Amino acid sequence: MSTLVLLSLTGLGLGALYFLVASGLSLIFGLADVLNFAHGLFLSVGAYGTWWAADRLGLGFVPAAAVGVGLGALAAVLVELLLIRPLYARPIDQVLVTVGLSLAGVALLQAGFGADPVTFPKPAWTEETTTVLGATVPNDRFLLIGVALAVLALLQLFLHRTRFGLIVRAGVEDRAMVTALGINVRIAFTVVFAIGGAAAALGGVLAGVYYGDVSPGQGTSLLIFAFIVVVIGGMGSVAGSALAAVVVGLVQQFTSYYAAAGVGEASVVLVLAMVLLARPGGLTGRTA
Amino acid sequence: MTALLDVSELTVRFGSSQILHGVGLTVAHQGVTALLGRNGAGKTTTLKAVLGLVPRTGRIRLADEDITALPTHAIVRRGLGYAPEDRNVFASLTVTENLELAARGSGPHHYDLVYDMFPELKQRGKQRAGSLSGGQQQMVAIGRTLLNDNRLLLVDEPTKGLAPKIVTEVADVLARAAEKVPILLVEQNLALVRRIADHAVVLEQGSVVHTSAAADLLTDADLTRELLGVA
Amino acid sequence: MTKSAVLTSPAQTDPPAAAPAPRRRQLLRRALPLALLVVLAILPYSTLDLPALLPGPVNSPGSLQLLGVCLVFAGLAATYDLLFGHTGLLSFGHALYVVLGSYTVNIAVTKGGFGLPAALALTVLVGLVVPALLGALALRVRGIAFAMVTLAMAQVAAIAVASDPGRLTGGEEGLSLLPSAIPDFLAGIDNTAHLYWLALAYLVLVAGAIGWLVDSEPGRVWAAIRENEQRVAVLGLQPYRFQLLAFVIASFLAALGGMVHLFLMGGSSPQITTSSFTLGFLLMVVLGGAGTRWGAVVGGILYAYLDHRLGALGTSEAVAGLPGFLRAPLSEPLFVLGALFIAVVYFLPGGLSGLSTRIRGDGR
Repeated sequence: MSTLVLLSLTGLGLGALYFLVASGLSLIFGLADVLNFAHGLFLSVGAYGTWWAADRLGLGFVPAAAVGVGLGALAAVLVELLLIRPLYARPIDQVLVTVGLSLAGVALLQAGFGADPVTFPKPAWTEETTTVLGATVPNDRFLLIGVALAVLALLQLFLHRTRFGLIVRAGVEDRAMVTALGINVRIAFTVVFAIGGAAAALGGVLAGVYYGDVSPGQGTSLLIFAFIVVVIGGMGSVAGSALAAVVVGLVQQFTSYYAAAGVGEASVVLVLAMVLLARPGGLTGRTA
Repeated sequence: MTALLDVSELTVRFGSSQILHGVGLTVAHQGVTALLGRNGAGKTTTLKAVLGLVPRTGRIRLADEDITALPTHAIVRRGLGYAPEDRNVFASLTVTENLELAARGSGPHHYDLVYDMFPELKQRGKQRAGSLSGGQQQMVAIGRTLLNDNRLLLVDEPTKGLAPKIVTEVADVLARAAEKVPILLVEQNLALVRRIADHAVVLEQGSVVHTSAAADLLTDADLTRELLGVA
Repeated sequence: MTKSAVLTSPAQTDPPAAAPAPRRRQLLRRALPLALLVVLAILPYSTLDLPALLPGPVNSPGSLQLLGVCLVFAGLAATYDLLFGHTGLLSFGHALYVVLGSYTVNIAVTKGGFGLPAALALTVLVGLVVPALLGALALRVRGIAFAMVTLAMAQVAAIAVASDPGRLTGGEEGLSLLPSAIPDFLAGIDNTAHLYWLALAYLVLVAGAIGWLVDSEPGRVWAAIRENEQRVAVLGLQPYRFQLLAFVIASFLAALGGMVHLFLMGGSSPQITTSSFTLGFLLMVVLGGAGTRWGAVVGGILYAYLDHRLGALGTSEAVAGLPGFLRAPLSEPLFVLGALFIAVVYFLPGGLSGLSTRIRGDGR
């Protein structure tokens, strides 16, 4: 029983990380049709930004994390404005540019901070444990799950209670018609990039807490699982991403524990394959 | 007085096929201008080209302002309302949200007028637009154009696929709307055209082949048959 | 962009028999690769010293190995272009089949006690069956989802290699090829020239096979699928079958490349399982020009060369004199390659081969 609880909470924590990366990825793809390979870079900017603010500026964890998240959002906005925006008529080229950016970005982080992982300044209480139903659970799991739930709630508020959210939801469905109503949908693209970048950067902060360190390649490996989550959840759906992130996190955690390391990842891909064969549009049924 | 909308040399290509060959037409400051022609003549493409929804060349002037180079949203903000052929309501949004999305700028927004013309839209405000019937979706699509103070409505086949009773209802609404705002109307239903159109423009294979008062065209059975293939 | 590059490739747009000048050009186009091949074949006899470009004289083992790696990458890039440029399939998992070729031979020989011929035969079999199975699955979905599924499959391979199941793959250390299993003519530093020729032979095989295939009947269907998949389906042909054929051929040829890579490097390294390696193929092909006759080959050579030499450039005196904020990024090959790639996408649609067509002023 206690193993089950620990595995579930750890799987949910992992799912929380995936969700933070996948939600922005899904919105960006759904609205702007951009498959954003540079999204892992926003994650890394958040993680390194937090580390830098804590280590060099001596800020506490929360203000440092705020700096990291702000930098992640800023990076995303700059990428959208400078690199993606001129290419909206050339969708394949957009993918290519984000691929180039992801490779160059990782190399740049490596040049700036070294190839070796740096120790992440996580708050002391995340290293302690709490007993839940007989299981000794590290506190960082609760942080991960709590933050992801808060982000999910905020995203839903944004999407369903604001005019920008209304434009985003409509744009995911039919972008041309949104412009034909006199709305400049490009501004919504930038907003979505900013939100996605901030969420990914927050994911980077939490990945730093969870893994204990930050390395240049971390964003890319999390990104691959976030892609899987997005495809399983259905592109453009935040709720679908949340559901798929939970499924992927739990499947990965349980199979890794009961089979072997590596089997977890393989079974996630198996889940992806099964979902795609049964419902090519993903769990939420929208076609990409 | 110059025309409200003045389109000249409008040309559209998709890949290697040319859809419009230098279309020229004008829309008057009042009344309904019907854009007619057989299937595939380029009527829908003409509307989309005016809005900049498809890449095109030529010159488009709205009230003596050249709007050709403007992006779609800026063209629409000059005072255009568009009800597309397939309605294109946002299926996952509620009826109210569909209308709210269409409400441009600081207004005024004529929700009262829309709900007066289509009381059903008020009752079904919380229903997702995707679950509406075709006729109700058409009400949303037309309602969106009536919400703002527009200078011109572009309405594409509003009665396509609708039950006869609803066709009459839509026709009444369009007639009422036309008293306030000019309409460029694409329509296959000649009875409806006869009832509300003042001017007629006929397209054939991407070119304008006839322009006249609507009555002159529709009272001439031979001409109607020749141009539109129907009596 | 890739589409326009494809459409304007000289091979497709030149009239078959035209005025005298184009005929001379056509002759040149046939003769030039042949002449280049001869030059490449006799390179190991050259003692020319190009200190800035190569680590030593041309025929030194270091230089020949670098050149050999460039040739293998050129061949691998061509196999990727068969998918991306010629058939329009955006795969992010092509490295998986290079890994398959390299590790299957290596594990069979080094861990399984196979003789080399048996190991090669086994790998040929695996290199056909695995792509057929995985391709059949992945091609059930289109476009971006296909890209994601292939990326995910390659990621599983990366994790499998890293986790070192049964101590077969050597994990992060990689797996050196059992020295006694290497045939004499390929063994030892003195035989680097033979490895170089092996790489050259691989490139010739791949370029020849793909050149022939894209002009064949399936090749025309691939081109049609790339332009408009639905139209092909309407014509009664099944795009799925032709896509699968392209996928299996490209993957099989990549697996052969993995074998050559294994001999050239003397072992299998998990470096070929990384996502940057698999994304690298896209960079190579786009740098050179997707869907053209020689674009991928040129891109592959350029990418491999810069990837290996930029590291050396980073420690060179010219760069060492620069301030730190410039020096550090320039010593990262992938930063330079990524930035170069972005610049090509923006300013040079059609890649380098598009540039050459533009300068010559033909083909457009």
